[in-house]
Amino acid sequence: MRKGKWIALLLAAMLLLTACSTAGKPAGTQTPGQTVAPPTPFKLGLLIPLTGVFAAPGKYMQEGVQLLLQESDNKFAGRPVEVVTADSQGNPQAALTQARKLVEQDKVDAIIGPLSAAEGNALVQYLDGQQMPTVYPIVSSDDLTQRTIPKYIVRTGWTSSQTTMPFGEYAYKTLGYKKVATISYDFSFGWESVGGFVQTFQEAGGKVVKELWPPLNETNYQPYLSQIPKDVDAVFVSFSGSAAIQFVQQYKQFGLGKPLIAQGNTVDESTLQATGPSAVGVVTPLHYSAALDNPANKKFVADYEKAFGHGPAYYAEGSYVGAMVLKKALESLNGKSDDHAALVKAMKAVNLTDAPRGPVKMDEYGNPIQNVYIRKVEDVGGKLQNTVIYTYPNVSQFWSYDPKTFLAHPVFSRSYPTVK
Amino acid sequence: MTFYLQNTLGGLAYGGLLFMIASGLTLIFGLMRVVNIAQTSFYLVGAYVGLTLIARGTNFWLSAAVAGVAVAVLGFAVYRLFLHRYHKQELTTVLLTIGLSLVLQDLALATWGGNPRSVPPPAMLAHSVTLGAVVFPSYWLALIVISFLTAAGLWLFQRYTMLGAVIRAGVDDGEMLRGLGVDVDRSFYFVFLLGAFLAGVGGLLGGPITGAYPGLDGELLPLAFAVVIVGGMGSLTGAFAGSLVVGLVNTFGKALLPQLSYFTIFAPVAVIMALRPQGLFGRR
Amino acid sequence: MRRYGLRLSLVLAGVAILAALPTLGLPPYYVSLFTQVFILGIAAAALDLLVGQTGVVSFAHASFFGVGAYTVAILCTRYNVSSYVITLLAAAAMATAVAALFGLVALRAEGVGFLIITLALNQIVWGLAYQWVAVTGGENGITGFFRPPIGPFAASNVNYYLYALAAMLVSVAVMWVISHSPFGLVLLGIRERPRRMRALGYNIWSYQYAAFLLAALFAGLAGGLFAYYNAFASPADLALPLSTQMLIMVILGGAGTLFGPLLGAAILIFLSNTFSSLTERWPTILGIVYVAIVMYAPEGLLGIAQKRLLPSLNTWLRLRQRREVSAAKQSESPGDAA
Repeated sequence: MRKGKWIALLLAAMLLLTACSTAGKPAGTQTPGQTVAPPTPFKLGLLIPLTGVFAAPGKYMQEGVQLLLQESDNKFAGRPVEVVTADSQGNPQAALTQARKLVEQDKVDAIIGPLSAAEGNALVQYLDGQQMPTVYPIVSSDDLTQRTIPKYIVRTGWTSSQTTMPFGEYAYKTLGYKKVATISYDFSFGWESVGGFVQTFQEAGGKVVKELWPPLNETNYQPYLSQIPKDVDAVFVSFSGSAAIQFVQQYKQFGLGKPLIAQGNTVDESTLQATGPSAVGVVTPLHYSAALDNPANKKFVADYEKAFGHGPAYYAEGSYVGAMVLKKALESLNGKSDDHAALVKAMKAVNLTDAPRGPVKMDEYGNPIQNVYIRKVEDVGGKLQNTVIYTYPNVSQFWSYDPKTFLAHPVFSRSYPTVK
Repeated sequence: MTFYLQNTLGGLAYGGLLFMIASGLTLIFGLMRVVNIAQTSFYLVGAYVGLTLIARGTNFWLSAAVAGVAVAVLGFAVYRLFLHRYHKQELTTVLLTIGLSLVLQDLALATWGGNPRSVPPPAMLAHSVTLGAVVFPSYWLALIVISFLTAAGLWLFQRYTMLGAVIRAGVDDGEMLRGLGVDVDRSFYFVFLLGAFLAGVGGLLGGPITGAYPGLDGELLPLAFAVVIVGGMGSLTGAFAGSLVVGLVNTFGKALLPQLSYFTIFAPVAVIMALRPQGLFGRR
Repeated sequence: MRRYGLRLSLVLAGVAILAALPTLGLPPYYVSLFTQVFILGIAAAALDLLVGQTGVVSFAHASFFGVGAYTVAILCTRYNVSSYVITLLAAAAMATAVAALFGLVALRAEGVGFLIITLALNQIVWGLAYQWVAVTGGENGITGFFRPPIGPFAASNVNYYLYALAAMLVSVAVMWVISHSPFGLVLLGIRERPRRMRALGYNIWSYQYAAFLLAALFAGLAGGLFAYYNAFASPADLALPLSTQMLIMVILGGAGTLFGPLLGAAILIFLSNTFSSLTERWPTILGIVYVAIVMYAPEGLLGIAQKRLLPSLNTWLRLRQRREVSAAKQSESPGDAA
């Protein structure tokens, strides 16, 4: 029974340690009325998954921010940056609890993150309610900058359909595919990716003969592959992470023989090498590629590899640009961050010309207008990369549609657009 | 026709994968009444260890064997340190193995990182074969064969070796066996090692289908349990039958009724629970 | 009642302190964490009715919790219900209804078989949450509703904290009464000596079934409170890892003690939120502590406290009493001093 006492003692010690570690954090507010800011630190909250299924993309997000800080001498507008990292575990409930910690306990000045659509949706009400300037560099749920726009959240990434709408046209007109089947993992990101593609593909004259939605945690895609009609011209898919690796490999293994096209992050650099030769030849749209041939990106990739020992993925570029937008906005306000509404306004007015992905300008709904690159996976010197083969410049989240008309339709879902 | 052929083979291959995971689980429970929640964590560790060896240039099959041994050693430590005192108490072992799987999962993340890994099949099985109009990866076919051989091997072992007899007798009546002077505890160690070995080998053998990534163990656990519910806890024949049933129903379910994809694993489970709660080959 | 006197006063003191914490200056973030502890504590205590009292381990607890959460979310968003009483009652009722169905299936097996079947049932509910997008919103869950005012008070963080605390107290009090009632004693008997109870003529199945429903009822209530707390409901609210976490809470704190699970909930929530800022390896640490408790202190932390602290406290009090009595005796009859 002595052991029981030791355990209780150990636990008490841990709890004490925990209490001390959190109690000791000073609140970092600025006193109002300070006109010239002697450099009070700028507290940046980083809300990303560090454990759980999304630990890997979360790491890329962290590295992207770290690289920008490194390049900026750890200063934004002359103020030293203090990063507080919180583990959202990739789960909306934990993300909300950690957001509370960042806002109420650590009293950060701005937040960058989170990762997944579910987390992003769950945080909107709280962050808006707390008036916390937030950058969403990855969350691509269409509606966040369409029909239900938050006041304090700035999206610096993309919408899921922003890349696939031009791609639907490209697939029909340039690649010449007339009949396509789609397979995507079954949640909003997949629905929106496929929805955008199907909308423009059908309008261009194409026919979608089948839509399949495997569950999120599926590892065996063979039953779905067996349902694809033999007479399609191509198969459009949307997956990410481990699902992307397994699907692309199994697609090759079951020898359908038809070209595979996909939403961009299906062959994201974070999983591309692991996917291997099965991915060669896959054509995808995205607003970025690590193989993008412009000076800003070349520098970005070189610096990234030097700092972290591996190349960047779209998650890293996303958070890097998100931090860039925050930094530029702060600079335009001379470092003042206590007026949250002004900071958000400044972020929405940022115009980037030197982002790794190319020019970035915000539209009036709070989403970037940027290039959409059509990439093809190629083996270059033994390493796989997403070679850019075509660029659609200045694409907005509404593609070529009038925003009002676009918004009159429902959000892309499993059942919309209807397959004709 | 090609549809049915492809899905039958696919179902058998998937069933084979499930068998590699569930066989260890059911063996351990059958003799020792220990529910090893950490079984799929053993699978994941086996996959990672195997991958590390393959990255060093080791042959696939050898890597699988070594991974199995490594996990067996892990299993030995786990059993010796934590489980062997409690193997009579079902509830306690469940709780213990829950905690152990938590720790194993996190340590795996710390050791091998969060990036999802791809497990390459051995070079001689890296191509696909054409059977009429069906294109099927040869590795998946090999997995069907491997699982059948494993099942046969385990069955022969149970039937024809001394240790197998001890295990069968121990499942039936452990006290009587002890009374006859047999060292049952030593058999327990062996069975746990064997179960862990199967999981470790299974990790690398199943890797080309499942990949290896943090959280895989949590996703495979309900599948393993579905198999043992259908087959009957503790019965090796049941594990084999259960994995085939679950594999085929899952595959055909998803292929014919994709909108019910979330339920295809548990459809046979529901049927068994309604008609024969002890499972196809279970007792009590 | 004298037996409970000391414990009752400790509990009341604890409650008073908890209620006063926000006004005493507890930071808002910790107010939120404690609110989570109260809510999950209700669910964990309910699980304890099954595990500690009846001896039945279930993996389906999260499914009842989640059903409660979704019920509240749906009523708030689709039907614009703004009364806590209606939504929380509905949450508890829905969870109980699901348990009524599940119990029929799961209780056909016992021990490990029951455990595994409840795991399967939990997965089915989880799959349903993903599949039935029209109702549940799929992976995104349901967002976009607010906490209505609590009577005349706004549902601020502090007020909701107090509301959750009150809900926890009422729930645990009810569960305590049930567990010490004749019904509860039968459950204990079933846990300890099922064969004897059967021989005595008790219908084991119906008692277990009743306990299963009761546990689900409170889990559903807790789930509803959780939906209001987060202002969303998502599939994570009914996923298997949550079932496992609730089990861990019960074991950590002490199965069979009802208050133990509350302690367990506090430990788990604080560990996973505050410890995670110290080290990424917090799940390992949690796992190790949990395994240590299962092996060396199976009565849980509260059990240790009860075995060690309470008797010492009792002894100390009794010693004081004895001293007072002997002092009084001496002053009464000074002549008899021996």
